Amino acid sequence: MEHIRTPKVENVRLVDRISSKKAALGTLYLTATHVIFVENAPDTRKETWILHSQISTIEKQATTATGCPLLIRCKNFQLLQLIIPQERDCHDVYLSLVRLARPVKYEELYCFSFNPKLDKEEREQGWMLIDLGEEYKRMGLPNNYWQLSDVNRDYRVCDSYPADLYVPRSATAHIIVGSSKFRSRRRFPALSYYYRENHASICRSSQPLSGFSARCLEDEQMLQAIRKANPGSDFIYVVDTRPKLNAMANRAAGKGYENEDNYSNIKFQFIGIENIHVMRNSLQKMLEVCELKSPSMSDFLWGLENSGWLRHIKAILDAGIFIAKAVSEEGASVLVHCSDGWDRTAQVCSVASLLLDPHYRTLKGFMVLIEKDWISFGHKFNHRYGNLDGDPKEISPVIDQFIECVWQLMEQFPCAFEFNERFLIHIQNHIYSCQFGNFLCNSQKERQELKIQERTHSSWAHLWKNRAEYLNPLFRADHSQTRGALRLPTAPCSFTHKFWSGMYNRFEKGLQPRQSVTDYLMAVKEESQQLEEELAALGERLEKIQKVQLNRTEVKSNKQSEPSKHSGFSTSDNSTANTPQDYSGNVKSFPSRSPSQGDEDSALILTQDNLKSSDPDLSANSDQESGVEDLSCRSPSGGEHAPSEDSSKDRDSDEAVFLTA
Amino acid sequence: MEFSELIRTGQAQAELLRGPEAPPLRGTLCVTGHHLLLSPGPQATPDLWLLLLRSVDSIEKRVAGDCGTITLRCKDLRVLQLDIEGVEATLNIARSIEGLRLGDAWHFHPPERYYKRVAREVLLRSSQPLIGPQKRRCAEDEALLRAVLAGSRPGARGFIVDTRSAQTAKQARMTGGGTEAKAAYPGWKRLHRPLERGRPLQESFVHLVEACGDLEQSMDHWLSRLAGCRWLAHVKEALSTACLAAQGMEREGACILVHGAEGTDSTLVVTSLAQLILDPSSRTMAGFQELVEREWIQAGHPFQLRCAHSAFSHARPKHEAPTFLLFLDCVWQLGRQFPLSLEFGEGMLLALFDHAYASPFGTFLCNSEQERCLCEVRTRTHSLWSGLNQLKEQRKLRNPLYVPNPLALWPSVEPQSLRLWQGLFLRWTRPPEPSEAAWEKVWQIVTDQEKTEGSQPTVSASELQL
Repeated sequence: MEHIRTPKVENVRLVDRISSKKAALGTLYLTATHVIFVENAPDTRKETWILHSQISTIEKQATTATGCPLLIRCKNFQLLQLIIPQERDCHDVYLSLVRLARPVKYEELYCFSFNPKLDKEEREQGWMLIDLGEEYKRMGLPNNYWQLSDVNRDYRVCDSYPADLYVPRSATAHIIVGSSKFRSRRRFPALSYYYRENHASICRSSQPLSGFSARCLEDEQMLQAIRKANPGSDFIYVVDTRPKLNAMANRAAGKGYENEDNYSNIKFQFIGIENIHVMRNSLQKMLEVCELKSPSMSDFLWGLENSGWLRHIKAILDAGIFIAKAVSEEGASVLVHCSDGWDRTAQVCSVASLLLDPHYRTLKGFMVLIEKDWISFGHKFNHRYGNLDGDPKEISPVIDQFIECVWQLMEQFPCAFEFNERFLIHIQNHIYSCQFGNFLCNSQKERQELKIQERTHSSWAHLWKNRAEYLNPLFRADHSQTRGALRLPTAPCSFTHKFWSGMYNRFEKGLQPRQSVTDYLMAVKEESQQLEEELAALGERLEKIQKVQLNRTEVKSNKQSEPSKHSGFSTSDNSTANTPQDYSGNVKSFPSRSPSQGDEDSALILTQDNLKSSDPDLSANSDQESGVEDLSCRSPSGGEHAPSEDSSKDRDSDEAVFLTA
Repeated sequence: MEFSELIRTGQAQAELLRGPEAPPLRGTLCVTGHHLLLSPGPQATPDLWLLLLRSVDSIEKRVAGDCGTITLRCKDLRVLQLDIEGVEATLNIARSIEGLRLGDAWHFHPPERYYKRVAREVLLRSSQPLIGPQKRRCAEDEALLRAVLAGSRPGARGFIVDTRSAQTAKQARMTGGGTEAKAAYPGWKRLHRPLERGRPLQESFVHLVEACGDLEQSMDHWLSRLAGCRWLAHVKEALSTACLAAQGMEREGACILVHGAEGTDSTLVVTSLAQLILDPSSRTMAGFQELVEREWIQAGHPFQLRCAHSAFSHARPKHEAPTFLLFLDCVWQLGRQFPLSLEFGEGMLLALFDHAYASPFGTFLCNSEQERCLCEVRTRTHSLWSGLNQLKEQRKLRNPLYVPNPLALWPSVEPQSLRLWQGLFLRWTRPPEPSEAAWEKVWQIVTDQEKTEGSQPTVSASELQL
């Protein structure tokens, strides 16, 4: 709290980015965890909540006649433009936010104060929901070829690896330790995924310290052991996910890649995915395109092309497809690495696993996949997503890219995934929000030292609790196309990749489809289920009544059929009131139109949107959060709901609105 | 029969390749007056493969050894390859297809410039006024527009949406056309929203289909090729202009007159889309068919000229332009943003596209009502609508998610919200199964619900009887 210079500023305007003419007048509050903007409009008092950890950049722009503009860009792609009347207030807010958005120690993060009112037991159960030990069992391990190794107990060999690792049975501790000394950051080859159908596996590691000519017998033995663990193939693929040039440059620094002459029976393959710096710049460029005000079609498409973003997504998908095909079609094991083996390697291994195994396309399986390939294998969440103030050059949207790859596959295979787009968006949100402990720190070791599981809650349990929101109504688990490995297109990526406006422009509701097929179908499904239950209940009653009649007793007159409780979900979905945007371009076509004219309609949209909204930003604005007066006493630990994100959704009150509508 | 002269080799053994996703088909190839048939061998699938000869856009033949290959590029953007045994058979069949695909000889006249305004509520369309270099005026025309305003609510204003740029409209005076002078039409304000038409639009279509045809090569530059062909920019412009017209009516209560030059191309895109945006009844199955019938067929869109060739023709385009396709694409965009509000689905739009370019029905024949009368189209052919309204077609054409929506549909026209219509432009190059599986599932969920809903009253009714 000591960083908050001004807790409350009045008469602040929040500028609507789509139609710059509209701006909402309201009050800005700074709390220990959130920035909150409450609109003055008495009937809605719409609220916008921003977690400090979501703030990416804060920009103070030149003061104008109307006030001092402050631009807040968020990691979940929300963009907030505020105009603060007094320059001094603006400066105070700016300084406070700069400090609040960049905590220096973990204890400042929201997850350490966030309390969703669960007791100790519930919290512990939440952490047990995803169990990697169970996951390896599901793969069919241990078996004759693979065993659980304790070589990394207490993180003795590699401090960024998990303690429990699967390695080939023939790889002795001596071989593993020897191999680890020949790999960057001692990240030796370990199992990521085992394909039980044909014994082929996906292993991962960092680059070898081969330089121009160095060799390591144990490392060569390690790769042999991986090959031997797959009796069906006499070679393994070694996939270096870096562009060849980058890998060669690493040789000068004593690192590099495997020499096919030194390792027997390997097939070496480069698949060029660019490094984190290129990816960071690419996202930056794409977001600039998203921010353009009413761009022309070609400005937008050229900008998107020049950002290179979709090209990078394709490179990652192509690498995943290559590996999945090597495993499922050629029956060959694959060792994947990049430089340190925690960014590109994580992306590629998880995409390949997702393509191969339908389990990872279920809700729980997808959580397991992220837990396995990202969290346990030491993807540096803290550095990449800037949990704590750190080197800006370490920040890069690595897991965002993986999440987008999944979305692109979902678009391509609409029936193959148990979860929907919203699930991906909420996971992305949680990775940055620091509301839960899962995505903190750079390694398992660090998380253990911080006692994350004892001090914070698990986001998996939270997502699982709300799973009804994340289901894909089109999921067909038993369909021939979705069983087993996904049937990939004959040519690599013969489909075009699409711009994901649902993610990158997700706070601009006006750009999104106005009706949700997913929500509609889920409501229909729910309705038919309810009707079926009611039908069954009525049937039972009917039987009873008939029995009673047979016994010639009087039929009670009060047995009236109950009015149906579900009075048409369709009407609420159907309420697509929306205001036309400015179609006139620069032509002052309808000068008579008063600027206030559209406002009633937008209010209408809001209330109707809120009915069924479960989007993070909207639910944060939902009515039960309107207790502005209580803000001061809303201490972070005492909050009854998580004030941001979907957790705040009060189902009962939502339903009440829903039914009266 | 004149057909028999064109068919020298009626039958041959052939193999048909239908793109990367469909299995090849072997059997006996047969040319008839209107169709190309392939009947597979007895052990293979029993289905007869059939192609309407009029749907062939361009044809290429190659011979090597004693075999020949014919590549057919169709107006619905399919590319088919026929490997035929026998050189002579190949050449004869190619010649037959070439001759027969243009066989129907309708005599058409170029559309006559007419000067007619059709009123429908307050949305009007017309051709350009014949101002000419002498800046002529027409008292009756001015009176008509004055009457339109007078007939509307008091104080109503009018907007004239000219689908040409101000400069083009001015230049049109040299050839006898022009645009309404401000002074002559008090109460009316003119807006210029230039929409692409004619040859540039056709070229845009051709380039887009080219880019979609070699995706594997162009993946790296896919977005810049998409930008370069400008198709989506045309979609954006057409949709925004329609929204502008609709907005003028709905929000301002103004009268809107839309015209370009002839009033038979971009004008129709704007007026028909504006009705779809505003009028819920035009979004039903029947209402949409009526809209196409009224705003396109009866309004005199010259289908015969515009759809003579689609994207594969080698001939230089003369009168071809995918105006109707542009309209269908805009409707698809509307349906994507409001997936519950149109009673018809993508299948309906695809069917209309296919039939506009090549059809066994008479609905899209000729260039105007006058021509259709002369050719006795109504008595000599069948109507597409009766074909589409057959029960067996419904699952393909209907949108199972439809819920009547009484409100106006205001789509977003920002680039982020507009997408390439993959279902049309990539129809033959991507595997169809995933989207078919999704469609099946949607139908299943909806029909399941209808079943349970339907079974409820019987129980409660019997209970009430007690």
